[in-house]
Amino acid sequence: MIYREAGQFKTTYASDQAIFPVVQDRWVVAALLVAAFVVPTALASDYWLQAILIPFLIYALAALGLNILTGYAGQLSLGTGGFMAVGGYAAFKLTSVFPGVNILIIFLAAGLFAAAVGLAFGLPSLRIKGFYLAVATLAAQFFLIWLFNKVAWFSNYAPSGTITAPPRTVFGLMVTGPQATPEARYVVALGLAVVFALVAKNLVRGRVGRSWMAIRDRDIAAEIIGVRPLRTKLLAFGISSFYCGVAGAAYVFLYLGSAETLAFDINLSFLVLFMVIIGGLGSILGSFLGAAFIVMVPIFLTNAPHALGVSLPVALLKQIELMIFGGLILFFLIVEPHGLARLWQITKEKLRLWPFPH
Amino acid sequence: MKLRTWLIVLVTLAVAAGPLALSALAQGGGSIFIPLLVYRTGPYAPSGIPIANGFVDYFTLVNERDGGINGVKIAWEECETQYDTKQGVECYERLKAKNPVLVNPYSTGITYQLIPKAPVDKVVVFSMGYGMTAAADGRWFPWVFGFPTTYWSQASAVVRYIGAQEGGLDKLKGKKIAHIFHNSPYGKEANPTLEELARKYGFELTQLAVDHPGQEQKSTWLQVRRLNPDWIFMSGWGVMNQVAVKEAAAIGFKMDRFIGNWWSANDSDVVPAGDGAKGYKGATFHAPGTNFRVHADIVKNVYDKGKGAGKKEAMGEPLYNRGVVNAMYAAEAIRTAMGKYGNKAVTAEEVRWGFENLNLTDQRLEQLGMKGFTHAVKVTCEDHEGNGPVLIQQWDGKKWSLVSDWVAPMRDVVRPKLEEAAIVEAKKLNYTVRDCAKEK
Repeated sequence: MIYREAGQFKTTYASDQAIFPVVQDRWVVAALLVAAFVVPTALASDYWLQAILIPFLIYALAALGLNILTGYAGQLSLGTGGFMAVGGYAAFKLTSVFPGVNILIIFLAAGLFAAAVGLAFGLPSLRIKGFYLAVATLAAQFFLIWLFNKVAWFSNYAPSGTITAPPRTVFGLMVTGPQATPEARYVVALGLAVVFALVAKNLVRGRVGRSWMAIRDRDIAAEIIGVRPLRTKLLAFGISSFYCGVAGAAYVFLYLGSAETLAFDINLSFLVLFMVIIGGLGSILGSFLGAAFIVMVPIFLTNAPHALGVSLPVALLKQIELMIFGGLILFFLIVEPHGLARLWQITKEKLRLWPFPH
Repeated sequence: MKLRTWLIVLVTLAVAAGPLALSALAQGGGSIFIPLLVYRTGPYAPSGIPIANGFVDYFTLVNERDGGINGVKIAWEECETQYDTKQGVECYERLKAKNPVLVNPYSTGITYQLIPKAPVDKVVVFSMGYGMTAAADGRWFPWVFGFPTTYWSQASAVVRYIGAQEGGLDKLKGKKIAHIFHNSPYGKEANPTLEELARKYGFELTQLAVDHPGQEQKSTWLQVRRLNPDWIFMSGWGVMNQVAVKEAAAIGFKMDRFIGNWWSANDSDVVPAGDGAKGYKGATFHAPGTNFRVHADIVKNVYDKGKGAGKKEAMGEPLYNRGVVNAMYAAEAIRTAMGKYGNKAVTAEEVRWGFENLNLTDQRLEQLGMKGFTHAVKVTCEDHEGNGPVLIQQWDGKKWSLVSDWVAPMRDVVRPKLEEAAIVEAKKLNYTVRDCAKEK
């Protein structure tokens, strides 16, 4: 009833090919975007911004990157943490060498470094597939972390090996470093996530995205119809690593403030992979939903007993949290193997027919 | 299809109820609130549990026996971090809403995260014997305290102790010392000092890193066998310690020449190795055991009333006592602040003053039932470390006992390096130096 498409005629190619062909969708997305920029900056507490929303956006950005590679191009990767580390360390080195350069440009440049590294580690994908490729990217993860740990130059010879985000401004507003307000960092993270989501959406529905999906669905068939595997796979690795690199830079500069290599360990790779799987492989929206699930559910589970006034020992609470969280993941995967994005799609289908289903 | 409908309902409910659950945080009342970042689960739980219990027991003791600090109750809340930096920051941000006066991060990684936030949020970071050594220069880092001593002081004291065992510091020349460290900011912290001392005294230093979480150390100990060092110093944590002690016993290394730092010498680190761990040594800045009046008080006021945080038998483990000492320092700093600002729920800024002017004399320790338990500490505006001496304790298969007198650190080596490092670290954060002559 609310969600009715009747009367919406598409008279041009442009309107037919719009990202959101339904008018209601456009309104909802526009309203959500405005709300995302305005409501948290005005209302949210430091805790919400710092511990929930900023990590959510940054993880979503990383999940977008991995979704391009794994969800769209079908190349399983466990090297996300390593590529994010490249972005983080590259941004740190670049901004300490060129302190005057706008930090957003530094983020993009850091993404380029990550893309270069991703290309190099993407080369084996031409020969090996599936789980074997996962093992090869795992090597990237371990090698990169080892490298940043071993070579003190990357952390500017800090005795502890920790990199610290220096204070930097964008248009006169402090966005990194301890003096930057959570609001400013949130807006930058949101801006990055929105712009890159839009770029990704357009990439995957264009020629490039279609060739990725062709490779994913059957690489030999794709080759026969003229998709070049070398270029397509490496492009997927490069762009995916670029996203991960920008996310890694944002992870250090906007979220953590200072980081050691442990922040980028294999757990991070798994976390982002879970986000992609739970959110929905091959879905832009899924990257955001998956990140929201993985970031917020554990925090929700920790806080829920407090809110209900139940006081439990913290160790017990943590164990309960892990069990419920694991159970939820299993439940989700059994009931909806295509992820949260698919769930949203089904809900939308239902809404279209509501209240008069067949 | 039925299940899927349930799933949709579940997700919708979660979306609706999530913000409510997250925003419904209680606010602290007329008491002093101290957040406790603990890790009672995960690979670091063997180290984390006794510390957390020591903390809670001492605060319960103060509340039960004295009715709080000068009549003002201490309130605390534990938050599980699993020794993970991200979870630690989440905990800190959550508990910040309750107006804490100080925070004990209990992880060097989390300390590094909180140091830049401290002056902005106005919360004292009390990283007792861990964290960023450079932050012990109070002129640059007014909000960070690391007393009674730091990793660098500890490393120099251990080298002094080794020198004494070898018959003098000049005998160190040509000796082989290996440093096995947790490959993290924490483990690396002692490295620059050890390198400096190796140059000065001419011993051969080998740095061996063990990656998180430290369960796999075969290659490290293969290197140790090949190297055959005269002494091993270890900066380990959590499960890494017990594995290292077991491996050392397995290769037949002389355990009395294996010294752990103060985070690598607890009961849980040596018990798994059985008799093999006999003779293993560790640094500390307080005595092990329960032969002190404060422990009797804890038993009487806390455990006998059924309010103990852990098992009564586990009292007196080095890390339990570490928690007690830490809680005592915090309580005494708050008391010092009350001496100036009155007996009320003092603010974080007032507590910061209390930390900076803390003068814990032997008489005061005697009153607290801690005579001989730890040494007197005096904190100043310049020196947030106290430059405290270190004790060496040894495991005899059943319990820890002290085998050395207080070993003084080499302040002449450590302090200039520390001041240099403080400038470097402070510059990263755009800090300015303050003039301590003007502070009163």
